[in-house]
Amino acid sequence: MDNRIEKRIELKAPVSRVWRALTDYREFGEWFRVKLDGPFVAGQVSRGQITHPGYEHLKWEANVQRIEPERLLSFTWHPYAIDPKMDYSKETPTLVEFRLEKIPTGTLLIVTESGFDKIPSGRRLEAFRMNEGGWTQQMKKIESHVA
Amino acid sequence: MSRKGHSSTAARLQAHAPTFAALGDKTRLSLVARLADGRPRSISQLTAGRRLTRQAVTKHLRVLESVGIVRSEHTGRESLFEFNPQPMERLKEYLDLVSRQWDQALSRLKSFVER
Repeated sequence: MDNRIEKRIELKAPVSRVWRALTDYREFGEWFRVKLDGPFVAGQVSRGQITHPGYEHLKWEANVQRIEPERLLSFTWHPYAIDPKMDYSKETPTLVEFRLEKIPTGTLLIVTESGFDKIPSGRRLEAFRMNEGGWTQQMKKIESHVA
Repeated sequence: MSRKGHSSTAARLQAHAPTFAALGDKTRLSLVARLADGRPRSISQLTAGRRLTRQAVTKHLRVLESVGIVRSEHTGRESLFEFNPQPMERLKEYLDLVSRQWDQALSRLKSFVER
């Protein structure tokens, strides 16, 4: 099992346009559906309020990591911290990275979200690949057991 | 990203975090790999060939048991440990869900920058 999500999308817009949509906090808020308190600053916490219909009571909070113009934007967050009475500080945050590449048709955007656990990824992937056959067998075993 | 799915899965994430944490250890991961063929094994069998004491292996197995990745049953003097794939399956479903939320958010970004 992979604990990393990767998305690649080709956008018919110049890199500079996509960069602005990602890093201008008002523009980001428009497509992401969040009202941010202020601009993204590397090393600082970004706060705001979700605007997604029906979820306006949720807060947005992220730690901005890196801002490399027209190349990389990254932040960590606890995206599920929705109960104000809960202490989420012990949960492992995930790392979200937006990478931009110029392509003939515009911009290639690569988004990754990683860090759902702390296992070194190479080792873990290997272990899980190895296990896939085992799980299938196990599932079959359960099926035949309950059938 | 759509917060919709996120918020509706918040309760489930509460259950996922310890599962991820339980797997975040080389020894425990190798115990899971060992048990993943579906055959129940005793602590002695799982300790054999390791540079770990029975106590250490037992402790790791209890961590895995606490999140449901392994189950144990007593047979005579010994406990047998068995792999339970369900928590892993739920993790996978959860990651699939987060993945779909990114698809939605990026599709909104696409219309936003291409208009």
